[in-house]
Amino acid sequence: MFSRLQFQRKGDKIRLRLDVHERILLSDLLDELERLLDDPNDPELRRLFPPAYSEPTDDEQYRSLVRDQLVSGRAKALETVRTTLGNEELEPDEADQWLRALNDMRLVLGTRWDVTEQLDYGELDPNEPRGRELAVYGYLSWLQEQLVEALQPS
Amino acid sequence: MSTIVAPAEVEVEQPVSDEDFEYERPWVVIVWNDPINLMSYVTLVFQKLFGFSLAKATKLMLQVHNEGKAVVSSGNREKSELDVARLHAHGLWATMQQD
Repeated sequence: MFSRLQFQRKGDKIRLRLDVHERILLSDLLDELERLLDDPNDPELRRLFPPAYSEPTDDEQYRSLVRDQLVSGRAKALETVRTTLGNEELEPDEADQWLRALNDMRLVLGTRWDVTEQLDYGELDPNEPRGRELAVYGYLSWLQEQLVEALQPS
Repeated sequence: MSTIVAPAEVEVEQPVSDEDFEYERPWVVIVWNDPINLMSYVTLVFQKLFGFSLAKATKLMLQVHNEGKAVVSSGNREKSELDVARLHAHGLWATMQQD
């Protein structure tokens, strides 16, 4: 799976190469994140909607102002990934939505399993849910790293 | 840091009240270190949202990574809230406070 690049710059577009297993995996993650977004107060989403202010009253005001917009922006990114999952090329705007969706997936998995900067993939047990999901997290990190590089302004 | 705008000096004949002074103080937007966001991604977001060069964005990202936080923008309350919201939309851990 890791022997080739999934994202490569091609002019102002991004060439996308995912095999069927990758598309199924990403599609499942999209489903899960869409479900979670139904309740933005879910603790697993806390990294997606962090506080802006330390003062609770100010923060509540901020949340009431921007929450809907943050939710709909995230839903749009997920939808873009879903509709372009089988494409061979991504437009710059689509690639940007992909970047944000991949990051949101990583934020949710990383929060769920309390990821640290010292995460050791060699220690993961594939027979445990944590091991499986953190392997997926590592795969998403690899995808995101490629996409960041492909999107870097030249 | 070069991104911090110093409070504007206001000439006044009468001493200002504490409340007025509070109103004038600029807000700063702070990005905090976290174990999930990729260093390369944070750099790209700084370039994209604030128009920073790769060098400046990388320097700020490293400050976040090494020192735990960095001020990425400053201004009035409305502008700072907008910057925080844009950072939150990109999944970064940003807060704002008065300088």
